Amino acid sequence: MPIAAGGRLTLGGVSRHRPGMSETHSSPPPAPGQEKINLSPETGDRMATTTCYMCACRCGIRVHLKDGRIRYIEGNRDHPVNKGVLCAKGSAGIMNHYSPARLSKPLLRVGERGSGDYKEIEWEEALAVATGWLGQVRGTDPRKLAFFTGRDQSQSFTGWWASAFGTPNFAAHGGFCSVNMAAGGLYSIGGSFWEFGEADWEHAKYFLMLGVAEDHDSNPIKAGLAKLKARGAKYVAVNPVKTGYAAVADEWLGIRPGTDGLFILALVHVLLEAERVDLDFLVRYTNATHLVIRNPGGADDGLFARDAAGKVLAWDRDQNAAVDAATPGTRQAFMGVVTLEDGRRAVPVFELLAGRYLQPEYAPESVAERCGVPAATIRRIAAEIADVAFNQPVTLDQPWTDTAGRRHETMVGRPVAIHAMRGISAHSNGFHTCRAIHMLQMLLGAVDTPGSWRYKSPYPRPIPPGPPPAGKTVAPGQPIAGMALGFPRGPEDLMVAADGTPLRLDKAFSWEAPLGLHGMMHTVLANAHAGDPYKIDVLFMYMANMAWNSSMNPGEATRMMTEKDPATGEYRIPHIIYSDAFFSETVAFADLILPDTTYLERWDCISLLDRPIGSAHGPADAIRQPILAPDRDVRPFQDVLIELGTRLKLPGFVAADGSRVYADYKEYIWKHERKPGTGPLAGFRGADGAGDGVGAPNPGQLDAYVANGCFWRYDLPHEQGYFKHANKAYLENAVRLGMVGTADQIVLQLYSEPLAKFRLAAQGHGPVQPPDRLRARTARFADPLPIWYPPFEEEMEGAAAYPLHAVTQRPAAMYHSWHSQNAWLRQIHGQNSLFIHRATAEGLGLADDDWAWVISRNGRARVQVRLMEGVNPGTVWTWNAIGKRSGAWNLADDAAESRVGFLLNHVLSEFLPPDDTGKRLNADPMTGQAAWYDARVRIEKAAPDEASETVPYPAALRRPKGMAAAPSILRYNASKAPTP
Amino acid sequence: MTSLPQPAKGATKLGLVIDLDTCVGCHACAVNCKEWNASGHSAPMTDQDPYGSKPDGVWFNRVHSYEAGTGTQSRTVNFPRSCLHCETPACVTVCPTGASYKRAEDGIVLVNADACIGCKLCSWACPYGAREYDSDAGVMKKCTLCIDRIYNQTLPEHERTPACVSTCPASARHFGDLGDPDSAVSRLVAERGGFDLMPEMGYAPTNKYLPPRPRTELSPPPLPRPAETGAEGVAGRLLAWVDRALSR
Repeated sequence: MPIAAGGRLTLGGVSRHRPGMSETHSSPPPAPGQEKINLSPETGDRMATTTCYMCACRCGIRVHLKDGRIRYIEGNRDHPVNKGVLCAKGSAGIMNHYSPARLSKPLLRVGERGSGDYKEIEWEEALAVATGWLGQVRGTDPRKLAFFTGRDQSQSFTGWWASAFGTPNFAAHGGFCSVNMAAGGLYSIGGSFWEFGEADWEHAKYFLMLGVAEDHDSNPIKAGLAKLKARGAKYVAVNPVKTGYAAVADEWLGIRPGTDGLFILALVHVLLEAERVDLDFLVRYTNATHLVIRNPGGADDGLFARDAAGKVLAWDRDQNAAVDAATPGTRQAFMGVVTLEDGRRAVPVFELLAGRYLQPEYAPESVAERCGVPAATIRRIAAEIADVAFNQPVTLDQPWTDTAGRRHETMVGRPVAIHAMRGISAHSNGFHTCRAIHMLQMLLGAVDTPGSWRYKSPYPRPIPPGPPPAGKTVAPGQPIAGMALGFPRGPEDLMVAADGTPLRLDKAFSWEAPLGLHGMMHTVLANAHAGDPYKIDVLFMYMANMAWNSSMNPGEATRMMTEKDPATGEYRIPHIIYSDAFFSETVAFADLILPDTTYLERWDCISLLDRPIGSAHGPADAIRQPILAPDRDVRPFQDVLIELGTRLKLPGFVAADGSRVYADYKEYIWKHERKPGTGPLAGFRGADGAGDGVGAPNPGQLDAYVANGCFWRYDLPHEQGYFKHANKAYLENAVRLGMVGTADQIVLQLYSEPLAKFRLAAQGHGPVQPPDRLRARTARFADPLPIWYPPFEEEMEGAAAYPLHAVTQRPAAMYHSWHSQNAWLRQIHGQNSLFIHRATAEGLGLADDDWAWVISRNGRARVQVRLMEGVNPGTVWTWNAIGKRSGAWNLADDAAESRVGFLLNHVLSEFLPPDDTGKRLNADPMTGQAAWYDARVRIEKAAPDEASETVPYPAALRRPKGMAAAPSILRYNASKAPTP
Repeated sequence: MTSLPQPAKGATKLGLVIDLDTCVGCHACAVNCKEWNASGHSAPMTDQDPYGSKPDGVWFNRVHSYEAGTGTQSRTVNFPRSCLHCETPACVTVCPTGASYKRAEDGIVLVNADACIGCKLCSWACPYGAREYDSDAGVMKKCTLCIDRIYNQTLPEHERTPACVSTCPASARHFGDLGDPDSAVSRLVAERGGFDLMPEMGYAPTNKYLPPRPRTELSPPPLPRPAETGAEGVAGRLLAWVDRALSR
């Protein structure tokens, strides 16, 4: 019996005691099998497809209804994301939809913030109030609106609204989620993990997964792991915690948090040492041979050498001359300092790269202790990777033509696939760690080649992919010149004033976070509260639980939302508008609440302009359609934004004659054109609905989507399946489909010139200069090649007092649980414990279910502990976002989520103690990504009389007026008419 | 006491094969089961105190995650648990009213709610903890193997599988006739060394579990170190590339 014995640890799961035995009976048994069973009940009387919104994966679902109630939600077999399967969250959608925590009517605060004193108002009044506040701001200083939209899946629309309003202060939640991953990838390979790329599940022979709990891309990853394991591919999980995906790995490396970059660079060291790198791939597809100017102290040091036409140069060994690096057929040098025609000296990228990572500091023996992975293991993993990559290539019998016009008879790839996610990105060194991972992929020739990692359409995109951020110039009543979020190419694209002062409230794209591509929602409350860099008037938020689990420090967050300016008696953040479908913690702290619908009551689009659902096989997008009419006085948030935009007469929302352009979001989805022919949805375009990608708006587009299962997919021809960055047919097709602007080869960037430009600025060159306090820091972190440095907390004074790492993971059944108050899911994860390695816990005198204090430099929380083996001994962890504030979500005041469950957030902070650079963010210095997993703590056993409930345990929130008490028993059965 | 159908050679034995190699413990099966069956044959799947301090509902399928072993030998095991539709189930024979019964035609063990008196003898008899008492309805409930799906003429044929099987993202659950040695599930059990849960109890479970596959271990040749390649130190290693020039 391999399983039943020895089980000690419950990581989660519904368990219950056996029922008690009642009186026995001795009557003679009747004959069995008399029961009449209806073997063929109709599942429902109606079925409609739509897109799930129980997390960010956006699986296709089929919703069966019976008598107007949801009978069953299942995966859509035809859908490109989930192919018929559905996870625990998706299946629990019924309980989400019927949650007793749903808001039912607009609310206007009448008491103090946090008091729960609201009055219900009509929509007309709510819209008038919002229009009044917003109109005043727009007419005077549009920057005084900060519009932040959390886990919004309509960012291409909400961002466009913000741009039309005229504020640069827009973003969604990416800044506190995974912008390191996006920025690291987009600035290196024109793609990334998660929505940007995936493992070649069909052909990979080696799979390295770093820092992934049971989260992003969850159903495709589960399906992919099953394929890998059935084929006998080796799967290595690198993660401080062994749960979920890591539990089924062939090998688990319980690495120390924040050292993954060092581990990767050690692999690079070993591969370089043994010359197991794919030079053919490097010369053709990367900038390995591109010449970097060597002119220490000069304004061009570290930039690429270019010809008069601006073409990057490489050294042609046949001509002994610098040539356009893109010239096909040239034999290009990997090493050697050369002198250019103008006398400047330059060196190929590869020499800089090899010269750095061959240094002994990157040897496995140098990093092993720090990583918690033995040197011999690192060397063995490198040897395994090298063997699979170079001795077991995958060759597909598929001709293709590269961007130089050369036909290749086969596609040959290195079957080493890598996937990484938040465990990598949520550190203050995450950007460079992501870059390091992509560098490893490039060195192996394992980027979009058979068996390796593959781009998901619409990626790859040019590097960097798009226009810079807009909004440097703001004027009353005027839109900004483009989208607020963009891609800086260098200092000139930063959102800073002439003196270096940030122009955005969140300070994204400033010298504190030059590549803050997703904005920095985690700084908004603090900066708005402090009036730094300026005061705002209206904070408008959607689907972001900033008063609780989305803030690193909920106590501080609610203090800042409720604190008044003693001089004026007004709140420091004057107006807060919030839209949510549920009574989340943040609702209690807003002034005006716009109740949203559930995901089954609305139109939505999952757009290629936004966060796409394409796969390696081709682009795809999707819609949501309303399946049920709201039984409450609520409106879809996007409809409300259309209405507000129209009332405010924003450009794009009203025509020249002042008439409204869009009746509602539904009409926007099919009618809107971002540029001629390109709209939110790429399928069924043109008057006849036959257009893919680009075409005139089609009034029948949404009908066509509904008829097609609420999604559109375009399957790339096989010859376009790999080498997309240099595949002529693919890139031409991508231009036709509107996915990229030109069909030029996308040269992968081992060496990042935009970073070199930031570094030059820090050294005093160029017109856009960082403030002096940030010079040294910028010069250090804007390194054009990947670097590793310890997470900031570890380098701080007094770090020894906090010897343990503290991280969180998302449970598979509750990942992205921003609306996870759910009668079924809470029975699986209704409370969380702090998991500690058995030896570590025993050293602290802790046993299962003991109470302990988890103490950081920011605060302390009292939690219940569980002991386990499968965790790095120097790391403690818990499930994320299980803990709720008492009273919220219409749960009982003493629900386990608030009484025992806890947030690790209470011991975190968005800020580090100031140093000689001034106020410091607890974030990645390049992207501003919140460094959730840098946390350092110590654990102390709680006194016996302290054990009972978690601390902090803030007072119960009061439910909004009109919210009925939650039922004490649930007999949900759609097959039976509800009893009146 | 309730009697069991006469065992017949070659009789159909419908059941599940659960793959512990690929189960990641995601609870997809548990929740989709709950969802289907909430409005299914044994509806409802009552939840007591659903929004209170001690929520406790009826679940036909529960997933437990354990650690087994210590140190480097420890492994995390995700273990889905539901009725095993035993060939000789004590939960049936112990039933005083005939409410618990085993179907002769396919071996599925069911509870006839109309005949169940809620005495819970069956739950005490079941060593697998697979029975679920609905205290609100006063009857015992359990996995029906989605009997209202697997024969359902209103569903396309490929959808006639238990909800837990059709929803599993990791393909860790399989459904079929374990009485037919040539069925896909029987072959899977044979190939992968599928095993019975607690066979010593003698209930002859129909459901099988597939053990984790042996870990894939590679034995690549060690990579050459600088001393072996003749290039000493960083400078030496770099020199080796000086003459390399590959055609773009």
